[in-house]
Amino acid sequence: MPATSIDIPLQAYLVLAAILFCTGVWGLINSRNAVRVLMSIELMLNAVNINLMAFSSYIDGQQIRGQVFAIFVITVAAAEAAVGLAILLSLYRNRETVDMERFNLLRW
Amino acid sequence: MTIASVTQLVCFIALSLTLVLGSLGVVLLPNIVYSAFLLAGVFLSVAGLYLLLNASFVAAAQVLVYVGAVNVLILFAIMLVNKKEAMAEIPGLLLRRVLSGAVCLGLFLLILRVDLTTPWAVPGPIPLGDDSTVLIGIHLFSDYLLPFELASVLLLMAMIGAIVLARRDVFSSDVITGEAADQGLIEKERTPLLLESTAGETNLLEKV
Repeated sequence: MPATSIDIPLQAYLVLAAILFCTGVWGLINSRNAVRVLMSIELMLNAVNINLMAFSSYIDGQQIRGQVFAIFVITVAAAEAAVGLAILLSLYRNRETVDMERFNLLRW
Repeated sequence: MTIASVTQLVCFIALSLTLVLGSLGVVLLPNIVYSAFLLAGVFLSVAGLYLLLNASFVAAAQVLVYVGAVNVLILFAIMLVNKKEAMAEIPGLLLRRVLSGAVCLGLFLLILRVDLTTPWAVPGPIPLGDDSTVLIGIHLFSDYLLPFELASVLLLMAMIGAIVLARRDVFSSDVITGEAADQGLIEKERTPLLLESTAGETNLLEKV
């Protein structure tokens, strides 16, 4: 089997994941639409998964514990998306908006 | 350089470009339907990166779970709540965007510095390649058995929780007396709970 570690450095994957994560953070802070907030969270989870997979392949190549962990992260992300969108639907039914600026009932 | 490594490099660059541009589109495009479809592109390119990392099983799981389930769920949510509404202007929105952009850039520079200056222990052991699927199965049923079972319980809880949260509260019988409840009355009487007092809007349910 070819060792991928020779051709593409590990740092390339890490930098890529950092870019994805920071994009997700920016979107999370700045989105007005609640659905877009959930999409930003998915971006951040994917960035974390890229990190886990890169470390698993480059450093832990015989045990691949990172891949198992990535599968658990995917599971939790699916559960989070389902519950988050259900909360969003219920919120939309009660407030009739998806504007994040108007979900401020509990804000000081 | 062999032809295999050149192919690998070209694939990596193409996937990275798709990933970065797609994620920027997800957070920046004004139309959220375009964002959702671009999100599918981002998920697919992440799956391609997993294939480059010799992880075919996780790549398949990524495509099935993210593109097949999460993205479709997000599209459904968009279709259900996509009322055209004029978002009220917020004072200082541009300043907020610039400030948070600066914070995110700082975070990125911090992570970049950690990424590039840490002496990673590469090259580690030779990657397994195609045997990784077998080893994941062995892991899931030996030393990661408890998390595996917990994940199944978590998925069950999420499923029930999503149903409970998203359904309408209509009781078929009165909770206290046990008599059959008047469905039409419940549906008509029901008003949104948390509407602001200024909202004189007609209740959606009344029209139905």
